[in-house]
Amino acid sequence: MKILVPVKQIAALDEDFELLEDGSGVDPDYLDYELNEWDDYSYEEALRIMEANEGEDVEVVPVTVGPEEADDALRRCLAKGGERGIRIWDDAIEGSDPSAIARILAKVVEREQPDVVFAGTLSSDHAFAQTGMTIAAELGWPHAAVVNHLELKPGDAKATIHRELEGGLEDRMTIDLPAVLTIQLGINEPRYASLRGIKQAKRKEIEVLSHADLGLADDDVGVQGSLSRLRRMVMPEKGQAELIEGTSAEQAARLTEIIKELKGVA
Amino acid sequence: MSGILVISEHRQGELTPASLECITAARQLKAEKNQPLMVAVLASDSDKYAERLNLEGVDEIVRITTPEDEFQTDTYEAAISALISERGPTVVLVPHSVDAWIYAPVIAARENFGFATDVFGIRYEGDELVATRAAYAEKIHMELDFPGKNTVLLTVRGNTFKPAEGAGSAEVTDFALPDSETHSQHLEYIEPEAGGDVDISQAEFMLSIGRGIDDEDNVEEFQELADTMGFTLGCSRPIADSGWLPKSRQVGQSGKTVSNCDVYIAMGISGSVQHMAGMKHVPNIIAVNKDPEASIFSIARYGVVADLFEIADELRNNFE
Repeated sequence: MKILVPVKQIAALDEDFELLEDGSGVDPDYLDYELNEWDDYSYEEALRIMEANEGEDVEVVPVTVGPEEADDALRRCLAKGGERGIRIWDDAIEGSDPSAIARILAKVVEREQPDVVFAGTLSSDHAFAQTGMTIAAELGWPHAAVVNHLELKPGDAKATIHRELEGGLEDRMTIDLPAVLTIQLGINEPRYASLRGIKQAKRKEIEVLSHADLGLADDDVGVQGSLSRLRRMVMPEKGQAELIEGTSAEQAARLTEIIKELKGVA
Repeated sequence: MSGILVISEHRQGELTPASLECITAARQLKAEKNQPLMVAVLASDSDKYAERLNLEGVDEIVRITTPEDEFQTDTYEAAISALISERGPTVVLVPHSVDAWIYAPVIAARENFGFATDVFGIRYEGDELVATRAAYAEKIHMELDFPGKNTVLLTVRGNTFKPAEGAGSAEVTDFALPDSETHSQHLEYIEPEAGGDVDISQAEFMLSIGRGIDDEDNVEEFQELADTMGFTLGCSRPIADSGWLPKSRQVGQSGKTVSNCDVYIAMGISGSVQHMAGMKHVPNIIAVNKDPEASIFSIARYGVVADLFEIADELRNNFE
């Protein structure tokens, strides 16, 4: 059995940040890169299936679309398990929206022929919640999103899953395999990598491919291959919050007055 | 190509409020471009919902009768794709719901529609449709357009537009469900666990804690603070996911909406959309956070940029 896990190196903003003057994005000086939080859970879920079925030859492969720095995201995964990763990048991919990224990932699925794909429900930077289901659309595979409980063993023809709906309601359902599932926070408790694992991950193989290696044309990726185009990024208007200033003691004193007044006990 | 189409959604026999909000958003576009407004409903007994959708500004209600009342993505995808290709709307609005998270990206990709999710601003610049959505934990807005796309599908953020009201005079039509293979099967709904001792949706005064409290050992301190102040303790998702407080204490989209709350103190909560969905209606929101850019300040009435432990200590002294 093979589980392919698409992951993303996301950008997080520093406390102070600035947009580029042309509005095309955030000034990279103010960005820190890390593995998307949701992908910690999807990768963990794959590792747990691998470990629960020792002797069944379950392989877990992380894959990402991104420049060389995105190797960090793959190595963070490989430090916890798995033997190899795949990264796709070339200049033509720049400007891709999630639909173009998903087209690339679908090609990796065709090449790797996994039994199931676990993606994160969304990414914490752009939060489109789109990539996973679009991979399924490209492949014509069964698909479900926001999965917070999963029962799946090697050789199964169907998985039983729970989808987390609004208000904490869950939808218990079955889904045919192979399938693309997006995994929700809280489905498991992701492990920490061991120092030994981190060291070993540095030597694990990362295969690097271009869109052309996957049989995609130039206009399948980038802005040409996308369903939306970024016009500009802007800073939202500031809220109307009345800021309470001073030392902690002064701030708390004023807050106490406000709370007592609001509670009608002043 | 003409018209605006809204896909309405329902669950456990009730139309979702987000569906009615989409109609309001669509009505604004209709006013700008003078295009007919269609609302589709997919259900085993679509009459039940069709009547409720007959709202001011709706020109046509399209009933699609499905074998099951519950959402099934293959059925939705096939029916909505077929309806769009027959009617050719320029804009399709659907709620940014957990169900739409499945079907909307799939329809957009298969049909090559313009597409954006979690949109809260929709406007025309000339003939060009521009959608606004947020990124980076709400700290930045991104404006998207859709060059060369005849149809644009958008998922609309909840609690952004007011639910549509007012009686309408829509024509009701039927659209035949196309054949499709289904690959998933709904078994049952599982209701969230009951709250045990407290029902936070009824609480008038809430103190909620988030990631900023750092460690499980600190939960007790905030429980004491809440007790001292006469507040009910709630939390954001990471606290419930870590098991530091029961799920029944979680405020937000996948937790509870604090519908009865008058004063809400958010401590160490940065303010994800999902959390704010459960509390942004509260009239008196007080946010305490060390990050001055935290999005919670955008909806707060009072803001305190400070170390939340220092504030908590001082507050406890003041209320004791």
